[in-house]
Amino acid sequence: MRRIGPFLVEKDLVVPAGRLLAVSSAALLMAFFAAGLVFWAYGTSPVLAYRTIFVETLLSPSGFAEGVRRAIPLLLAGVGLVLAFRGQFWNIGAEGQLLLGAVAAAGVALFAPVPAALKLPAMFLAGFAAGGLWAAVPALLKLRLGVNDVLTTLMLNYVAVYLVEWLIHGPWRGRTAFGFAYTDRFPEAAMLPLIPGTYVHWPTLALALLLAGAAWFVLARTAWGYPVRVTGDNPEAARYAHMPVFWVVFGVALASGGLAGLAGVGEVAGVHGRLLGAYQISLGYGYTAIIVAWLARGNPLGAVLTALFMGLVFASGDVMKVALQMPFRVTDVFNGLILFFLISTERLLYYRVRWAPERKER
Amino acid sequence: MTEPNALLTLKNVTKRFPGVVAVDRVSLEVYPGEVHALLGENGAGKTTLVSLLYGLYPPDEGEIFWRGRRVRIRSPQEAIRMGIGLVPQHPLLVRAHTVLENLALGMPRGFLFPTRGLEARIAELTHHYGFRFDPHAPVWQLSEGEKQRVEIVRALLQGARLLVLDEPTSVLTPQEARELFKVIRRMRSEGEAVIFISHKLDEVLEVADRISVLRKGRLVGQVTRAEADKAELARMMVGRQVSFERTKPPARPGEAVLELAGVHVTNDRGLPALRGVDLRVRAGEILGLAGVAGSGQRELVEVVTGLRRPERGEVRVLGRAPWSRRRARIAHIPEDRRRQGVAGGLDLAENLILHDYGRPPFARGPLLDRRAVYAFAREQIARYRIDPPDPRTPARLLSGGNLQKLILARELHGEPPLIVAVHPTYGLDVGATELVHELLIEQSRGGAAVLLVSEDLDEVLALADRVAVIQGGRIVGEVPAEAADRERIGLWMAGVGA
Repeated sequence: MRRIGPFLVEKDLVVPAGRLLAVSSAALLMAFFAAGLVFWAYGTSPVLAYRTIFVETLLSPSGFAEGVRRAIPLLLAGVGLVLAFRGQFWNIGAEGQLLLGAVAAAGVALFAPVPAALKLPAMFLAGFAAGGLWAAVPALLKLRLGVNDVLTTLMLNYVAVYLVEWLIHGPWRGRTAFGFAYTDRFPEAAMLPLIPGTYVHWPTLALALLLAGAAWFVLARTAWGYPVRVTGDNPEAARYAHMPVFWVVFGVALASGGLAGLAGVGEVAGVHGRLLGAYQISLGYGYTAIIVAWLARGNPLGAVLTALFMGLVFASGDVMKVALQMPFRVTDVFNGLILFFLISTERLLYYRVRWAPERKER
Repeated sequence: MTEPNALLTLKNVTKRFPGVVAVDRVSLEVYPGEVHALLGENGAGKTTLVSLLYGLYPPDEGEIFWRGRRVRIRSPQEAIRMGIGLVPQHPLLVRAHTVLENLALGMPRGFLFPTRGLEARIAELTHHYGFRFDPHAPVWQLSEGEKQRVEIVRALLQGARLLVLDEPTSVLTPQEARELFKVIRRMRSEGEAVIFISHKLDEVLEVADRISVLRKGRLVGQVTRAEADKAELARMMVGRQVSFERTKPPARPGEAVLELAGVHVTNDRGLPALRGVDLRVRAGEILGLAGVAGSGQRELVEVVTGLRRPERGEVRVLGRAPWSRRRARIAHIPEDRRRQGVAGGLDLAENLILHDYGRPPFARGPLLDRRAVYAFAREQIARYRIDPPDPRTPARLLSGGNLQKLILARELHGEPPLIVAVHPTYGLDVGATELVHELLIEQSRGGAAVLLVSEDLDEVLALADRVAVIQGGRIVGEVPAEAADRERIGLWMAGVGA
C-alpha cells in the first residue's frame, strides 16, 4: 500500500466492473490525447479534428453506417478471438484466416456450380471451413509438437496475403479486368443485399450479432463452454480434471479461424464483389480484431460494443482523409496507440485507490 | 508511556481492510533477547501485523514505539534502517544469481557491487551461527532451508536487532527445522529479539519465550513459556476445545482397490522417477506414503490418478487403468491446491462441478443446469462450512483452509472407491487440519481405499494403518502403523538400511 497525497493505493484481487470501465476509458482518452499530438504535429488542430470526427461519424447517419460496416468483420473476427484467447490459443492470425475466407467465397462465387439460391450459404460455409483450416494448422502444431502458436498464426498471415496476390495475378485474374489484378465480378446471386442508402451488408451483420450471442451462450451456459473457461483460467486445473484439453484448444482454434473466415466472406460478397488485393480486402481487420477482443475482456457480447467502437475509428479515418486531407493510415496510428495504452494500463486494474486524508499529528 | 526496556511496543494497533478488521487493538511488547511467538490460525491477522511492522501498510489506529520512541514506519527501507529484519515465508531471491550477489543486492551500495568486504562479513556471520552455505553457489541449487538461511543472513547483515520470521518452518524438513531453532536460540543469547510467527503449537512451545495468541485480529491471550499449556493455547487459538488424539476405529481392509505392479515411470525431463513400484491399497485402509520430497511421490500420484502413463508395469484401480475412459472415480486432493485444484477465476459453484460438468444433474444434454449447479454448491457450502458462503465467490479469493474444504467437498462427493490425498493439510490451521483428518478416517472406515502422501511423518503415523516409504523411485519399506518405528522410517527415507 502506498500513500499519494490524500489517496491510499492498495492492491486488490477483485476487479469491479466500474474500475474496468474507468481504466479502459482512461486508456482510450490517453490514446486520443496522444493521437491529438500527432494531428498537431501534422499541422491539424486536434480540437478541430476531433470535432469533425465526432460530427461526421456519430452525428451523421451515413458516417455512422460506415462505422457499422467496418464493425462487421471486426465483430466476427473479434468474437472468434475472444473464444481463442479464452481457450489459451493465442491466435494472431485472424487476418490470414479472414483472407482465406475471402478466397474460398470467391472460389465458390466464380467457379462452383451451385444453384443461385444456395450460392451465398455455400460461400459462407466454404469461408468458415477455409478460415478454420487455416487456424487448424497452427493449432495442431501447438498441440502435437509444442510449436509456439503466436509465431505460426502470425506467419501464416503472410502466406495468406501472397496466396491472394498469386490468385489475382495468376489463375483467377478476371477476363474483364483489363490488366488490373483482380477477379471478375461475382454474379448477382453471390452478392449480399445492403441496407438501402448505406453500404451495410446486413446479412453478415445479423450473422455476426447472432454468433456473438451464441458464443456467449456456449461459453457461459453449456458443457462445451465450461472446459474452455476452465482451460482459459487455469490449464493446470483442466489437466488435473482430465478435461479434453486437445479438443478444447482445437475447437476454439477452428471456431476462431472460421469466424474470421466468415468476415472475409462478408467483405468480398458484401463490399467488393470480387477478390482483389489483400490490403484492399482487409485494411488490417484481423489485427484490429485483437484489440476488439482485448477490450471485450473475454466476453463475446462485449465484442459487440468494442467492434462498433473500432469500426467508428476506421470510419473516422475516412473522415480525416476527406475532410482534413490526412492519410487514411492515420487509423493505424490510432489502433497502435489504443492497444499500447490498453496494455500498459492493464496492471492498474488490480489496484484500488481510496480517498483517505492523513490525520494531523498532535 | 512504554515499558522502559522494550525494543518494540505496539499500543492498540488497528488495521482495517474492506469488510474486516484484520488487526484489532493489539498491544504487545518485544524485549531484546526474547523469542516472542505470534500464534494464530490462518487469517488471524499475524501476517497483517507483521506488514505493519515492516512498513508495508500504516496502521489505521494505534501507536508503534521503537526503543521507547514513537515511530511511523513508512516503508520496508525504513524498517530495515531502524533494525527490523523480515524473513519472508517464501524466500525472495534471484534464482539465477549466486548467494553473494543476492546478499549484495540488499546492501546500501555505490555503483559497483561491494562483494569483497561483504564476503568476509558473511563468512564471519555464517561461522558464528554455524550456517553452512557456499556464497558462490547459484540460488537455484539451494534447498528451501538453505534459502531461508540466506534470508536470515541478509537480515543480519542489514543490522537487524529484531528478526521477524514468518511461518519459517512451513518449507522445512524436520531436521532443517531443528537447525533453525538452534540458530534462533543462538540469536536470543546474543541479545537479538525474534518474532516467530506460526500456527504450529509444538514448535512454538519448543522455541518461544513468550507467546501471544491472535484470533480474528484480536490478541486473545499472552503467556510465558513456563505457563503455557498446549491444550489451553489451542483453545485460545481456535476458540474451542481441540482434540489432538485421532480416534480411529480399527481397519477392516477388504479387497484391493489400487494395485501397482512393477511400475516404471519417467518424469517430464525424461529421467526415471519410479523404478519398479509394487503397491496395494485395500478398501477400508489408509496407506501412508512417507518420503523426502522428490523421491518419486509426484509421479506416483500422477500415474495412480491417470495423469501420466507408466513406461512399464500395471496400474489398476478396481481392475481398470486410471487413464481409461471407463475409469473408476478417483478422488484426488492435489499437492498444490491453488495451482492445480481450482480454476481461480471461476466461482465456487463452478469449481465444484469440475469433474461432473458433463453429467446429470449438472448437464442436461449439452446445457448446464445452473439451478442444479448452484443448489449443489449451497448444499456443499453448508455441509463443509465454506467461508464466504456465497457460491458466486471466485475461488481464488478463498483462504487456504476454505479452498481445501472446497476441494474436499468436490472430491469426496459420490463415494469414491479410491482417495489420493497429497499433503492434504499443508499450510492449514488446526481447525482445518482436524477436519481433513476426520474426513479421511471417516471415508476409509466407510470403505474407501486411501493413499495418503505426506512429508509430515507425524501426520502419516497418526492417520495411516500401514506405512510405506518411497526413496529414489522405489518402495524401500513397508510396516503396519502400530509397528512403525520413527527411527527406522527415518533411515528408510534417507536411503539407509533399506
